[in-house]
Amino acid sequence: MVEMLGTREMYGDTLVELGSENEDIVVLDSDLSSSTRTSKFGERFPERFFNMGVSEQDMIDTAAGLAASGKIPFASTFAIFATGRAWEMIRQSVCYPKNNVKIVATHGGITVGPDGASHQCMEDIALMRVLPNMTVIVPADAHEARAAIRFAAKNRGPFYIRLARDKFPVLYSPDLDFELGRARVQRVGREATIIAAGLMVHEALKAIDLLEGQGLRVGLINMSSIKPLDRQAVLDAARTTGAIVTAEEHSILGGLGSAVAEVLAEECPTPMRRIGVRDLFGTSGEPQALLAHYGLTAQEIARAVGEVIGLKTGGENR
Amino acid sequence: MEEDRVAELKEIARQVRIDILKMLAKAGSGHTGGSLSAVEIVTALYFAKMRHNPERPDWEERDRFVLSKGHGVPVLYAVLGRCGYFDRKHFETLRQLGSLLQGHPYSGLTPGIEVSTGSLGQGLSQANGIALATRLNRKDCRVYVLLGDGESQEGLIWEAAMTSAHYKIDHLCAITDNNGLQIDGPVSKVMAVEPIARKWEAFGWHVLEVDGHRFEEILAALDCAENTKGRPTMIVAHTVKGKGVSFMENQVKYHGTVPTPQELELALKELQV
Repeated sequence: MVEMLGTREMYGDTLVELGSENEDIVVLDSDLSSSTRTSKFGERFPERFFNMGVSEQDMIDTAAGLAASGKIPFASTFAIFATGRAWEMIRQSVCYPKNNVKIVATHGGITVGPDGASHQCMEDIALMRVLPNMTVIVPADAHEARAAIRFAAKNRGPFYIRLARDKFPVLYSPDLDFELGRARVQRVGREATIIAAGLMVHEALKAIDLLEGQGLRVGLINMSSIKPLDRQAVLDAARTTGAIVTAEEHSILGGLGSAVAEVLAEECPTPMRRIGVRDLFGTSGEPQALLAHYGLTAQEIARAVGEVIGLKTGGENR
Repeated sequence: MEEDRVAELKEIARQVRIDILKMLAKAGSGHTGGSLSAVEIVTALYFAKMRHNPERPDWEERDRFVLSKGHGVPVLYAVLGRCGYFDRKHFETLRQLGSLLQGHPYSGLTPGIEVSTGSLGQGLSQANGIALATRLNRKDCRVYVLLGDGESQEGLIWEAAMTSAHYKIDHLCAITDNNGLQIDGPVSKVMAVEPIARKWEAFGWHVLEVDGHRFEEILAALDCAENTKGRPTMIVAHTVKGKGVSFMENQVKYHGTVPTPQELELALKELQV
């Protein structure tokens, strides 16, 4: 049985850890602290915890002010409210003056589930990636989340870290080291490479098993550091395998798939397919049903890999 | 003594107005009316109230000033330059490529600018954040923030207003430059914000009203704010947009336009240059 561990549970614990190591760590939330798990920090360090009520814009700008005075604020709420509702505050008050604000959002993606479209965020990576000075990280398991959160606390500048509502299978060991801008090559491929982030890394692993049955050796890169992107890893994969499929729990517009396409189009045009939500809003449903409904599955990834390999050899898919 | 002090501040204000008009005329664009309406307020803060040190803009114990109505930045540049935060020769480069003086305040570049503003409504939350940080750091500093009356149409101002009161940020003092005009016309016609004083009271603030061009009143209110404990203070400063230049006073047109060379000459004459 695969061990499952929540990225947001890990966030709460990591914040408490950081809080006892560094007095400058402060935490803000917009009335979702029990969901984002920042409440753990609040219970332990009430003086350094600010519940802002339902006011995401005020939360981000207050965090900017705290950072401008030397604090290291972590600001949390659901991904859509953090990045959508408060986008211009992040642009103007966090990124432009390079304030040391860490935005850690939970409930990214479609697997938010029954709450439906209003709460399912498929746009956050695009919204954060376009901002100068912003770093964007999408961890693929709880241990990577912890490492990324600790990295963000230690390194100056604006960070956006996207976590999920649901637990992820454990992929890494607890002592994992996070290196910004460095992709994790999970599998080295021969016929094609999948570049994935977050939950889709796990779907990609299943897809690789399916494809192995067909005699295909497909590579996998966990691109948790979406900005800065590991361009070299993308180019190496393109040159050695000649076919790329991206997979993300996000719109195919503006996210990981777009970031990879930008690199390939400019430096190494390569047959490519993107797995993601195809310019649609979400809808209510259970997470697994939603993943199937929107084509975010191992089967779809495997199908896309087959298609892109066909393109590479000049087959009839062209 | 008090009279001498006020006379001195009035003279500084006159010089500040001259600098504002010259730098805006040279720049060829910018916001004249809302810079002139805030001259006494910003002058009083930097020359008679705040603890600050132009030699050490990052001195931890300093009082902070946040210009939430960032388009009024010429008045802040004029005052910071006169305090010695940077050489006044930079006034001539306002808004030009490569200038130290951006079109709106940018903390990443200009000494003495605490917060990057320009997108309205964002200064008060950041002032709250600064004030919460200085409280955690056990520093005895005060935080001042200047809002526009038109700016108060932004919803975020009222989110922040709740935060200041909720966290009892009594070392924060906000001032509304209540000049009654915004870019599209009178505030009362575009989107009424009155009764401003009662709104802030209802949000849990200690509210004072002053003539925003009388130093005696401004300084008395700032002292009163400092002595008010347990809640933040809002000073509603009744001001005249374009104050100090007869043909600019209360003229909507000068919200976002600058004097022509001829107008500059007339204005400087009025200011006895």
